[in-house]
Amino acid sequence: MTAAGILQILLFCAAVTAGAIPLGAYMARVYSGERTWLSPLLRPVERAIYKICFIRPETEQHWTAYAFALLAFNLVGLLVLYAVMRVQAFLPFDPAGQSAVAPDLAWNTAVSFATNTNWQNYAGESTLSYLTQMVGMTVHNFTSAATGMAVLVALIRGFTRRQARTVGNFYVDAVRSIIHILLPASALMALFLVWQGVPQNLDAYTAATTLEGATQVIAQGPVASQEAIKMLGTNGGGFFNANSAHPFENPTAFSNFVEMAAILLIPAGLVFSFGRMVADTRQGRALFLAMGILLVAGIAVCYQAEAVGNPALSRLGLDVTAGDNAPGGNMEGKEVRFGIANSALWATATTAASNGSVNSMLDSYTPIGGMVPMVNMMLGEVVFGGTGSGLHGMIVFVILAVFIAGLMVGRTPEYLGKKIEAREVKLAVLCILIFPLAILSLGGLSMVLPAGLAGMSAPGPHGLSEVLYAFTSAAANNGSAFAGLSGNTPYYNSTLGVAMLIGRFLVIVPTLAIAGSLAAKKIVPPSAGTFPTHGGLFVGLLIAVILVVGGLTFFPVLALGPIVEHLLLAAGTLF
Amino acid sequence: MIKQLLPSLALTIVLTLLLGLAYPFAVTGAAQALFPRQAHGSLIEKDGRVIGSELIAQGFAKPEYFHPRPSATTAPDPADPAKTIPTPYNAANSGGSNAAPTSKAYVESVRTLVEQVEAENPESARNGPVPVDMVTASGSGLDPDISPEAAEFQVPRVAKARGVSEEALRALVTDRTRPRTFGILGEATVNVLALNLALDARFPVRR
Repeated sequence: MTAAGILQILLFCAAVTAGAIPLGAYMARVYSGERTWLSPLLRPVERAIYKICFIRPETEQHWTAYAFALLAFNLVGLLVLYAVMRVQAFLPFDPAGQSAVAPDLAWNTAVSFATNTNWQNYAGESTLSYLTQMVGMTVHNFTSAATGMAVLVALIRGFTRRQARTVGNFYVDAVRSIIHILLPASALMALFLVWQGVPQNLDAYTAATTLEGATQVIAQGPVASQEAIKMLGTNGGGFFNANSAHPFENPTAFSNFVEMAAILLIPAGLVFSFGRMVADTRQGRALFLAMGILLVAGIAVCYQAEAVGNPALSRLGLDVTAGDNAPGGNMEGKEVRFGIANSALWATATTAASNGSVNSMLDSYTPIGGMVPMVNMMLGEVVFGGTGSGLHGMIVFVILAVFIAGLMVGRTPEYLGKKIEAREVKLAVLCILIFPLAILSLGGLSMVLPAGLAGMSAPGPHGLSEVLYAFTSAAANNGSAFAGLSGNTPYYNSTLGVAMLIGRFLVIVPTLAIAGSLAAKKIVPPSAGTFPTHGGLFVGLLIAVILVVGGLTFFPVLALGPIVEHLLLAAGTLF
Repeated sequence: MIKQLLPSLALTIVLTLLLGLAYPFAVTGAAQALFPRQAHGSLIEKDGRVIGSELIAQGFAKPEYFHPRPSATTAPDPADPAKTIPTPYNAANSGGSNAAPTSKAYVESVRTLVEQVEAENPESARNGPVPVDMVTASGSGLDPDISPEAAEFQVPRVAKARGVSEEALRALVTDRTRPRTFGILGEATVNVLALNLALDARFPVRR
């Protein structure tokens, strides 16, 4: 670790916090339907959309209707995306002449983008046409993010409403997320990225003759407009195969800093929105603190492991010391302009959130460095998490934490004035259990089926890590990968698709059920016996619950993968 | 049921037009007006021909040029499209090696690279170890930069091949070194293509 590296990490944390607070206030106003300084410009667009689309914004939905609208909207989007990929060869804006995407790959990719996972079994520049990138990938980057945000807003309404039948209108929440938040932010960020060097064109791939006389075909495209929402919507599916490690997606240290901040800005801002919407900003601050502590701990472990580097390479007599003129450390799969600190920071932030973009290749991380992103996802991506989905996941853990606290003192648990009873706790546990169930059962299956074993590129415990990472990333709707895994096979395309669907919709539906159940309850004023949920004690309890639940569930398999690999590497064993 | 599906269908169509066409086209228009060079991929032309992009690494193997980092990009095998073959600096299929840190084959491949770099730069190899970024493949396979230490390591070789003094070359490298952005962000870098173009302009190879 270097002083410069640590300073950049601190600067990053400060920038995210400073940006999230005003953004949180803005988003709270948007979801409450209040005027903002952008309203004169954006309200007419919003109203026009309602009018064209047969949406009656004043009509509120019961949680079941809300869930049905959400599922219908996502299903239609998924089918359209699948169709676009299958027929892209017959559509315009295809200068590279891409052929139809194979059915299993198109299924995997359509599910992946509809669930905000954005797992890449395809290589963007050699598989997708410009039109597919625009009307397929870019559109889904917006809509899947808006879906997560809508679920969160419905859940917040569960706490703020008293004895209400409805939790809001899905279409309104989704459209507002896109028109008032995601679209203006993306347009601004896209132009910033072009300034830094990200291409934005519809040109054919450029054939260059290099200085030494070779021919180099340089992929082009409308990259910046997709890159912006890819980061802001915690999507992570790259325009190019190498994702944000590619100089055209992430050309400078400055673009890298802004992209990293963009990953966490909206999820962190929503935590502050939450505090404002429940009219108790201390509650938002407490959750922010719990998330912040987990994030910083992850960054520290990952950065340290990568800065020390790979002992097997150090034995070759390489210079791995970091300094002002050399990045040092484990540089396999990393870019010089980012160095170790920014790579480790990105890896941690992108898996804390459900972004899944990479600016360095995680498969080549040291065992412990690569375990940090895996653990982040296994905790359920509640450390800021996906846009909306992170905080609604966190609130599920909060329900569990107040339940455990209630058991300890022998009182009915409550949160924000709502009594947490058997139904909410059961639904919360369902949300939490569905996730390890998908990872461990599908991962275990892959360890016995020949089709599963065939995908591993790495020998030894690292092979297990590759498969485990894939299913964790899919179920957590993250999308980052230990990319050595040959995932573009019928077996992995279909099973990973199933994991993504389970991890997305089998969590969203119970969460909306919690929202409906809470909205129907009275609000009880706090009494002397109420366990305060804004103090240090609660933050500590919440972190402990997250770590114990995640840790106990996944520790055995982590011991067989990255932990044993780390010990063997230190002892000099290679495979 | 139909009543619920209708808004979903309509909204999908409207959002596809707005976010899938209007938004990228508007950004394209604005980008090409404001930053035309970057919007078209920061291409570099020499004598009217595109020789590459400032942001994309290209292969250099001759001793008189500075060499970029190793690239693990691939391309489909012409003999069997289901397989891939190593095709370094393939800017139409980016990617890293994704080699596992505990892979014997990987560590052996790095050892081979170290030996190759040492053989190419015997003078520097006598004076110190090889900087790690010279023998590890970048994440994109297209990393346009090397570290200042990696450039310094190659200075004696390039100076000899071009018949110029190491001091003059070192001054050029220092001049072309980009420090951390705002003095703090990222790492110091040397853009290999820009440096090699400057080399050709300042110290042409005598033939």
